Amino acid sequence: MAKKAYFCYESPSNEPQSMTDEPRRKDLLDIHGLSVEEITAILDAAVPFKELFKRSVKKVPTLKGKQVLTLFYEPSTRTRSSFEIAAKRLSADVTNFSVSTSSVVKGESVLDTIDTLQAMRTDYVIIRHQMSGVPEMIARHTDASVINAGDGYHAHPTQALLDAYTIRETFGEIAGRRVLIVGDIKHSRVARSTSRILKMLGADVRVFGPGTMVPDDRPAWLQSFANWDEAFAWKPDAIYLLRVQRERQDDQFFPSVQEYHKFFGITAQRFARVRDEGIYIMHPGPVNRGVELVDAVMDYERSLINLQVENGIATRMAVLYWLKPQSTPLPG
Amino acid sequence: MTKATIDLALNRVAAAIAARYHDSSPVVAGIHTRGVIVADRLREKLADIGCQVRSGTLDISLYRDDLDNLGTMPSLKNSDLPPVDWCDVILVDDVLFTGRTIRAAIDGVTDFGRPRRIELAVLVDRGNRELPIQADYVGETFETERTDYVAVHLEETDGEEGVFLLRKS
Repeated sequence: MAKKAYFCYESPSNEPQSMTDEPRRKDLLDIHGLSVEEITAILDAAVPFKELFKRSVKKVPTLKGKQVLTLFYEPSTRTRSSFEIAAKRLSADVTNFSVSTSSVVKGESVLDTIDTLQAMRTDYVIIRHQMSGVPEMIARHTDASVINAGDGYHAHPTQALLDAYTIRETFGEIAGRRVLIVGDIKHSRVARSTSRILKMLGADVRVFGPGTMVPDDRPAWLQSFANWDEAFAWKPDAIYLLRVQRERQDDQFFPSVQEYHKFFGITAQRFARVRDEGIYIMHPGPVNRGVELVDAVMDYERSLINLQVENGIATRMAVLYWLKPQSTPLPG
Repeated sequence: MTKATIDLALNRVAAAIAARYHDSSPVVAGIHTRGVIVADRLREKLADIGCQVRSGTLDISLYRDDLDNLGTMPSLKNSDLPPVDWCDVILVDDVLFTGRTIRAAIDGVTDFGRPRRIELAVLVDRGNRELPIQADYVGETFETERTDYVAVHLEETDGEEGVFLLRKS
């Protein structure tokens, strides 16, 4: 198309910068409520972040001067450190608010704690709480961006994002892949968030676990298997083992961890089958060796467990990059 | 600018680069999105006149100084540079305006190593700098108002070729 004018005056059709379409959100509380486009934008953004890890300088100045606070009311080592590394690689300042040493044990309420954090001018709050819905309540009471790092039995959205990222990276795409989630479906926020994100992105997700731990009120698309033979016959691409939450074992949903291993774990015999059929293994960690799986699975070349940890940092960097705290003042 | 004048401008830039780098092979690094295409074209022209260069791409989104003000997320692309320690790096972009992108790009390059020298080549210099930054190689210079918008359209990204000015009336 020939343009007559050397410098002509007409409206350009392109944007000055290549931007994603979706408006940035203030908080990440749940996978439920996100659009496929938003999820895809986050997963796409995580790719260049992962590339950074190969450089000698792994840090970028994107969140320079921002204050990130991790607030964990439940014990966690890897999720908290994953967020801490992610924030530090974006040049944010990170403070860890550990519950056992904080004033929470002195009786301060969650909202009072938040008022304190607000006064500290925190930009991002990363919270884990044993009660479902606490991150959402906090999000309503602060200008800071709130990231749910796991609340009760409800949601664990960054785990779901890193799982989706790992499956996409391993298989090229998520749509059409078969993922079997094994374990305590009922009390698992990982199962809830990860099954939802994979379903949204077109995967076929099914579950298997002790009868007492597979809820009847699960979504209709989330079918369950009665035994391993049925599950293997379905030809899953990946088996996602949930951690047996020994700390929540007071309610006796299964007789013993030995029983659990025998009926629901990857035993040596089942591992042979997993290997023969080339099925990938995933686990949110930390692994209970001899319960969810036998030791040998940890060295299996198709175990994605360490890759999940690595991808966790990249996806959490993408989430921090994507969110927009309201505390940020606009010019003028 | 038309397809023909864009091509002529890039010939001039390539000739000037070749004159300076006849005995070394600098890294010619395009800044996403259209800088990458301009850099590709420059490399082709340099190869035609016998000047060997190495290629690279740079995404400056993570080095921007205005993330706080953006309602949507700038899409990220990989930055891919060969080793730059003690090498010459020529940054390439389509338009030089405030200089903020180039500031970000310089920060980005130095995270990859310590180049001997960083230079800048642009297709269009439209003035209105906000930082003390100048280009070493310029295809065309235009006088513009700060509120004008200069759109560079290239076949590869826009399906048409031309440089256009949108003036606020």
